[in-house]
Amino acid sequence: MGIVEGKESIERCGGNGMVFEKIHLRMEYVSPEGLRLDGRRPMEMRQIRAEIGAVSKADGSAIFEMGNTKVIAAVYGPREVQNRSQISNHALVRCEYSMANFSTGDRMRKSKGDRRSTEISLVIRQTMEASILTHLLPRSQIDIYVQVLQADGGTRSACINAATLALADAGIPMRDLVTSCSAGYLNSTPLLDLNYVEDSAGGPDVTLGILPKLDKVTLLQMDSKLPIDILENVMQLAIEGCKAIANYIREILLENTKQLEYRRGV
Amino acid sequence: MRGIQLPLSQTQKVRLQKALEKLESISSKVNSAASVIIADSIPVNHEDGVLKGHGTIDLNGEVVATICGVVERVNKLVYVRALRSRYKPEVGDIVIGRVVEVAQKRWRLDINFNQDAVLMLSSMNMPDGVQRRRTALDELNMRCIFEENDVVCAEVRGFQHDGLHLQARSRKYGKLNRGQLLKVPPYLVKRQKQHFHHLEEFGIDLILGCNGFIWVGEHIEAKDDMVEDQVSQSDPQVLLPNKNCLSLEEQEKNYTILETRKYICRAANAVRVLSMLGFNITLEIIKGIIDLSISMNLDIHEMLGSDFCVLVAEKEVERRSSNKKKR
Repeated sequence: MGIVEGKESIERCGGNGMVFEKIHLRMEYVSPEGLRLDGRRPMEMRQIRAEIGAVSKADGSAIFEMGNTKVIAAVYGPREVQNRSQISNHALVRCEYSMANFSTGDRMRKSKGDRRSTEISLVIRQTMEASILTHLLPRSQIDIYVQVLQADGGTRSACINAATLALADAGIPMRDLVTSCSAGYLNSTPLLDLNYVEDSAGGPDVTLGILPKLDKVTLLQMDSKLPIDILENVMQLAIEGCKAIANYIREILLENTKQLEYRRGV
Repeated sequence: MRGIQLPLSQTQKVRLQKALEKLESISSKVNSAASVIIADSIPVNHEDGVLKGHGTIDLNGEVVATICGVVERVNKLVYVRALRSRYKPEVGDIVIGRVVEVAQKRWRLDINFNQDAVLMLSSMNMPDGVQRRRTALDELNMRCIFEENDVVCAEVRGFQHDGLHLQARSRKYGKLNRGQLLKVPPYLVKRQKQHFHHLEEFGIDLILGCNGFIWVGEHIEAKDDMVEDQVSQSDPQVLLPNKNCLSLEEQEKNYTILETRKYICRAANAVRVLSMLGFNITLEIIKGIIDLSISMNLDIHEMLGSDFCVLVAEKEVERRSSNKKKR
């Protein structure tokens, strides 16, 4: 229901940028009772769900859901480098992000190499590469494929979380898990984990990726302006979100590892 | 959680769940809470001194896991044994690979490792069995021995500067014919004294490659092949026309009787069921499953059904619990 509402408001005010901004700032994203459009509290995350082993032929794979956003990731490798000239002492990490045609409200035919997906591919690759111990896997390459099956805001974060799970499933050595979450600032309230309607409001949208054990930031993206003191609050909120996701991912991975071990037997 | 992708009815689901729970209770008594995941710190006693092994790093004096797996301790050494990952070769392992490229004096084999493995022409026995220098003519005739996409059995020789090297210096190694290649996760195959098995009652060969590639094929007496090769290999010019018009005798030789083919499929499906359930793959267990399917009068294709899958899980519970009692 939320998606349709948001779309209409954009169309109504398309054209003039000034009008667009005003209408959206006037629109109420947080009700006086402190509830968001989809009924969450400002600091509440959407429901998350993860599943390991979705693609049987891949070395590692996972599905990750955040509310209505659903992403599938598959990892192939470490395997022989396809392009001989790229052989080095470190593993080569490649990433391909794509959106399924049926993932958005209206069916879109997108070319494979559009700017948005190339940018997100790059972001995911760099984030994951920072965590993978590439020096342990010389002369090999790792391919990460992520596809958005259902888009409802925060696809970037969902993709990174799915990729982490898939890499862990593939048995690739990593410094730490990478988890990601987004946060925004609308109606002078910091909001955690924006959905599509809130995302398209045009307000600031901070995507954050952290290494929870090392307490380090590996990804920070924002496409608008925000006063520094407010940014700090928003970032803090996003960090909390990342840690919550990390806890969930750890649970899933531990359960999976235990199951593999006891099924194999002695 | 890694779900078993099979359409299960309600009762089957309950039975499978129960069997898996029993397996968990059996194994949890053996080793408790040794499973770790990425970035878990491993408790160690620093006073005794610690040697950090594979799958661990040092983080502010703590030993931290970098992969998901099981912690193993050998004296001072602490390492994490990965479960689901690619094959990690050890010298002397018997592996099965598929030829991806025929290059200068070498074949490149896909063995489910980080890189392709190299099998040098000089590190394998010539088909005629004579020990001699490999000539340029031998190099030109490399495709007579192995072509692209051939399945080859070999032994891990070790790491050289340009990657992992294999060798095939015995008659038991070489090209594999008339059978099926199965790919399973490598952690399911345990290193044992014997990886070549001949199931006499079915007339099939079973090779459990340490890299998770498993070969099920018709039993072949190695000796006969050698004599036959000697004739053709001595004169490669004769070999080529021979390939096209097989003599009647040779056609007879290339034909696998239906009964054997059925047993090959049965053994292959047994391995498939085991890998689907994530159970250890050994000769004893495979034989047990084949016998079970025969005694139940099941068709070969029914072995991959959900009913048989549940049955195998229940049988495995029985086997493991009886094994425990014996100890």
